[in-house]
Amino acid sequence: MRSDRQNRTPMGLKIAAGVGLAFLHLPILLIFLYAFTTEDKSYQFPPPGLTLKWFAVTWNRPDVWEALGLSVRVASISTVVALVLGTLCAAAISQTRFFGREAISLLVILPIALPGIITGISLRSAFNLAEIPFSFWTIVLGHATFCVVVVYNNAVARFRRVSGSLIEASMDLGADGFQTFRYVILPNIGTALLAGGMLAFALSFDEVIVTTFTAGQQATLPIWMLEELVRPRQRPVTNVVAMVVVLVTFLPILAAYYLTRDGDQISGQGK
Amino acid sequence: MPYAVSFQQVSRHFGTVRAVDAVDLEVEAGEFFAMLGPSGSGKTTCLRLIAGFEQPTAGHIEIFGETAEGVPPYRRNVNTVFQDYALFPHLNVADNVAYGQMIRGVAKAERLRDAEAALEMVKLPGYGARKPGQLSGGQRQRVALARALVNKPKVLLLDEPLGALDLKLREQMQEELKALQRALGITFVFVTHDQGEALSMADRIAVFNEGRIMQTGTPEEIYRRPKTRFVADFVGSSNVLSPDLTRQLGGPAEWSSLRPEDIRLGAGGGHEAQVTGTSFLGSATRVTLELAGEKLTVLLPAGSDVPAPGATVRFSWEPSALHLMGTEA
Repeated sequence: MRSDRQNRTPMGLKIAAGVGLAFLHLPILLIFLYAFTTEDKSYQFPPPGLTLKWFAVTWNRPDVWEALGLSVRVASISTVVALVLGTLCAAAISQTRFFGREAISLLVILPIALPGIITGISLRSAFNLAEIPFSFWTIVLGHATFCVVVVYNNAVARFRRVSGSLIEASMDLGADGFQTFRYVILPNIGTALLAGGMLAFALSFDEVIVTTFTAGQQATLPIWMLEELVRPRQRPVTNVVAMVVVLVTFLPILAAYYLTRDGDQISGQGK
Repeated sequence: MPYAVSFQQVSRHFGTVRAVDAVDLEVEAGEFFAMLGPSGSGKTTCLRLIAGFEQPTAGHIEIFGETAEGVPPYRRNVNTVFQDYALFPHLNVADNVAYGQMIRGVAKAERLRDAEAALEMVKLPGYGARKPGQLSGGQRQRVALARALVNKPKVLLLDEPLGALDLKLREQMQEELKALQRALGITFVFVTHDQGEALSMADRIAVFNEGRIMQTGTPEEIYRRPKTRFVADFVGSSNVLSPDLTRQLGGPAEWSSLRPEDIRLGAGGGHEAQVTGTSFLGSATRVTLELAGEKLTVLLPAGSDVPAPGATVRFSWEPSALHLMGTEA
């Protein structure tokens, strides 16, 4: 049945799909290719020669390490903040009824729907008004605004499946609030939190717009790359870094995809 | 011997809703006690007050002589079988049953041994390794029962325990629950809206309506001598006769109740009424009569002559069958 249906797909449609996918992914492969070029002033095609030397050059550039370190720290701390706040928020929204519940749910999700530039400008003016100097922590705050959403969205969907009576059953069997969280709630929402956390990390790691508004002198990795593109010095270094960024953000997203998929199966069996 | 559960003027209000309103209740130790009522009558809230999921707005609750107000559910020696069973989906059956002992810090080997013993008691030996999702509704119910009983509670609370099971399974579980209760000697308090279930299982029944207890008594008392119109109608769908009609039928001007199965048709004497409908129920046939604008239901045993709708019949009853409930009921 299935192969029959595949065979009936018109050739034109197949080609269109192939072209679409190529359009999406070929530029990324080009970036990978130019990480190995021998020529460092302009991107001529085809590359005159291939070399691995840019990996060594990148390895020895302190500014790369600084930007990478900053990005990792910002992404980690934003993710932790988002995990705590997002989980608490999801618990409140899904487990209790109170006035304005739906409005709050919408307000939590809003930052991801707002253009980053709005979030960035409003945060910048807020920091200015409050006379908070731009620093590592202002970047973290900026990133946390949209990281919370990702964690919240993942957690709230799972929380809905942890019925109130499971929590009552745990209490009934002698577990206090902390034990109930540890033995009943966490195992049921764990994979959702992991997935949300990984997505949040990936989002924060390559964020540019909000960062440009909330950073002081620091350059996160994406900001550093923007600056590098402007001056044509050791250009392939940028490509090497780009490859690393693709891997660092792609792997967690892939893992998150598989984790939530498994989670759905597990909770599906529970019904 | 103190009461297993005692309520003194207990109320639980949600805003302006009086879910439970000044209830007095005594459950004897070792008793199989039913809280019967329609949905929204306050019976489940009473159960949750005993479990500790709700705190009373007013009044005093004691469980085996100990004050229960302010004591959280996890410090009460009371366990609940939930209506939706509430088995933990991420744990297998054995770990579900062993959960209470795990929380109390019982060693793993010991608690799993106890869990298996409890599963044997509910006739599910060897099911420990399965996940709740792989069990049928009836099996989940048994696991929920084992999970509660393994903690040796002083009072076991059951919230509509048989509501989700089909008829055959329900009848079987009724007997098993009763046998289990007798064997263990634990006080069972169960909530149900099914009067048949309450009558067949309970030692005593409290009938709830609108947050109050209408009547407490043995199944026999509740069925034979209902105190109010509500109890007469809700338990066994009795014919509730207005004071007017009672007088017409030769009684005093009081509310009264007349059980459908106590009415006989045909035999000379008695009163005349018109048949408006009949329906075949298997073990009996239900005949609806109309008399002076009021409806009367009659239950004829299988094999009786069933009158046709529209016919005029004579009906009568033993004088003792007419139960008077006073002018205020």
